[in-house]
Amino acid sequence: MLAQEPLTILIAEDSAADRLLLSTIVRRQGHEVLTAANGAEAVDLFRRQQPDLVLMDALMPVMDGFEAARQIKALAGEMLVPIIFLTSLTESEALARCLEAGGDDFLAKPYNQVILAAKIKAMDRLRRLQATVLQQRDLIAKHHDYLLNEQRVAKAVFDKVAHSGCLSAPNIRYLQSPYALFNGDLLLAAYTPAGDMHVLLGDFTGHGLPAAVGAMPLAEVFYGMTAKGYGLAETLREMNAKLKRILPVDMFCCATLLCLSFQRRSVEVWNGGMPDGYLHRIATGERVPLAARHLPLGVLSAQAFDDRTEVHPMAVGDRVFLLSDGVIDTSDASDQLFGVERLQQVFAANREPDRLFEDIEQALRDFRGEARDDVSMVEVSLLEPAQVKPSAPVYSDSGQSCPLDWSVSFEFRGATLKRFNPLPYLLQLLLEVHGLRAQSGALYSVLAELYSNALEHGVLGLDSSLKRDAAGFARYYQQRNDRLEALQDGFVRVHLQVQPQGEGGRLVIRVEDSGKGFDVARVMERPLDGVRLSGRGVSLIRQLGRNASWSDEGRSARVEFSWGVEA
Amino acid sequence: MSVVTEVSPDGQKLTISVRGRFDFGRHQEFRESYEHLAKRPESIVVDLKEATYLDSSALGMLLLLRDHAGGDSSDVRVVNSNSDVRKILAISNFDKLFDIS
Repeated sequence: MLAQEPLTILIAEDSAADRLLLSTIVRRQGHEVLTAANGAEAVDLFRRQQPDLVLMDALMPVMDGFEAARQIKALAGEMLVPIIFLTSLTESEALARCLEAGGDDFLAKPYNQVILAAKIKAMDRLRRLQATVLQQRDLIAKHHDYLLNEQRVAKAVFDKVAHSGCLSAPNIRYLQSPYALFNGDLLLAAYTPAGDMHVLLGDFTGHGLPAAVGAMPLAEVFYGMTAKGYGLAETLREMNAKLKRILPVDMFCCATLLCLSFQRRSVEVWNGGMPDGYLHRIATGERVPLAARHLPLGVLSAQAFDDRTEVHPMAVGDRVFLLSDGVIDTSDASDQLFGVERLQQVFAANREPDRLFEDIEQALRDFRGEARDDVSMVEVSLLEPAQVKPSAPVYSDSGQSCPLDWSVSFEFRGATLKRFNPLPYLLQLLLEVHGLRAQSGALYSVLAELYSNALEHGVLGLDSSLKRDAAGFARYYQQRNDRLEALQDGFVRVHLQVQPQGEGGRLVIRVEDSGKGFDVARVMERPLDGVRLSGRGVSLIRQLGRNASWSDEGRSARVEFSWGVEA
Repeated sequence: MSVVTEVSPDGQKLTISVRGRFDFGRHQEFRESYEHLAKRPESIVVDLKEATYLDSSALGMLLLLRDHAGGDSSDVRVVNSNSDVRKILAISNFDKLFDIS
């Protein structure tokens, strides 16, 4: 057995003979001894020398042992300083008083040395146990504070990145726990140069810091590529490749990515591993499920990754609702999941569309009693294009090197058309011309329409009248995917010409394709509306660009942009 | 034990059965069930007959197993999943990577 560590023991005893006797016994057992002749002296000594243990006579002059015990316990605070009462009292009531005053044990006079030694040893064990518990508690508290502080800093940095987007746009409502990031949930939104809106709701595997580390690179890719005008497919391929490269095998990110187009009144969707989202058509009350058709991001190699999206037509006021698995995987006490059926019951019972989140939260509380901390929901509605106010991009160059007299031609052939989107490059090139920057949105929209007309109606020979109704709309995009996959030859040529004109300048865009052309006269007869699902592209080009014209039986389109005095 | 391993007499087939909740708590056991085999099995069967629930970290564990077994050239089957588990596998589109029945 290990020798006991020597303790400092305070002996409070008014009888000098007893004090001497007890001191001798305790010293012989190897401890330091402090002595006091009454309670007041004991308290004073305790305050000055902090002994480890106290042997306290109950009845003493000036201050009795009960009061001294109370004061010493108060001074000791959370530390356990065992007090053993020395007493000749025998009535149980008096003994109970000793314990009530804060005593931990008592020893009857006359003293038995063996029992005294055993009690000191037992009390020392308790004292050390308490000290260890306190030390560990403080350590845990310190680590916890440290962790919270780290999370707070990480979240502050991340919020700067995540909120550089447009989550505060008037058509977005969302609900996320403040520390959703550390549950792996991620919500991003940003405008494209054409004024479309990209939205991503993602859910990384796992919890805590490992779940949060992938969020930063994903957000960087999302914002960088959206701002440059890349479409969903290119952005998805890049996000997948990046996550595949940096994450360990067992980590990935389930995600739904949306492109909401206010001009085209449509939503393009890619869902990899997230629960069904819903397109809520307000006119009919129908909720079209947006189901997961793909593996999550970061699982497949770049070669095997599938970037195919679905496109659905929308009407102004229609809403797209996305949610994380925290909602449907909430389980009750008997491990039963909330599930999709209960979610749909909430949909059915929902009377006020604006209170959908609250209804779902209430249903989760009713189901489980408490909400999970990884519930994320977002709802995006389609507005009139005029109600959308994308913030103007910020340019950081000096403006001294603006090129004003040049032209360039590209020819994009079959294999390139399949996968490559030239629009971001073309736009970047054109935005070197400062006079065009003020109209970058219109410029991008017109370029995008000219290019997709040339590709879809020209090279791929798709019939835009298919897009008359919702079913045809889906069929159109299915055909687009299939024909693009099978594409062998064909081309789209883009000619850009920039010339100075007085104080300003002029850009001429010509886009040619290898398709069959179309009946220009008939299309130009149509009024410049924008309500039909089909053929909106041509009317958009005519409204946004100057002197739009078609030649070579519709195979060649020409549009002008001009600007006045350089900004 | 909530993860039980069985190797066929010829050592060709490894069967891993998971009981109860298949989540991060099973991480260690699940990895050990295939990492310390003397001989690499030709095929692996993950039996989820008695698994009640499966979360995204379990999906990650399945990916690790697949990777360990040779990635695209691996033969990993996931069998006997109940309807809740099957829904989770379906949402994640894991049928594109695993033979699920």
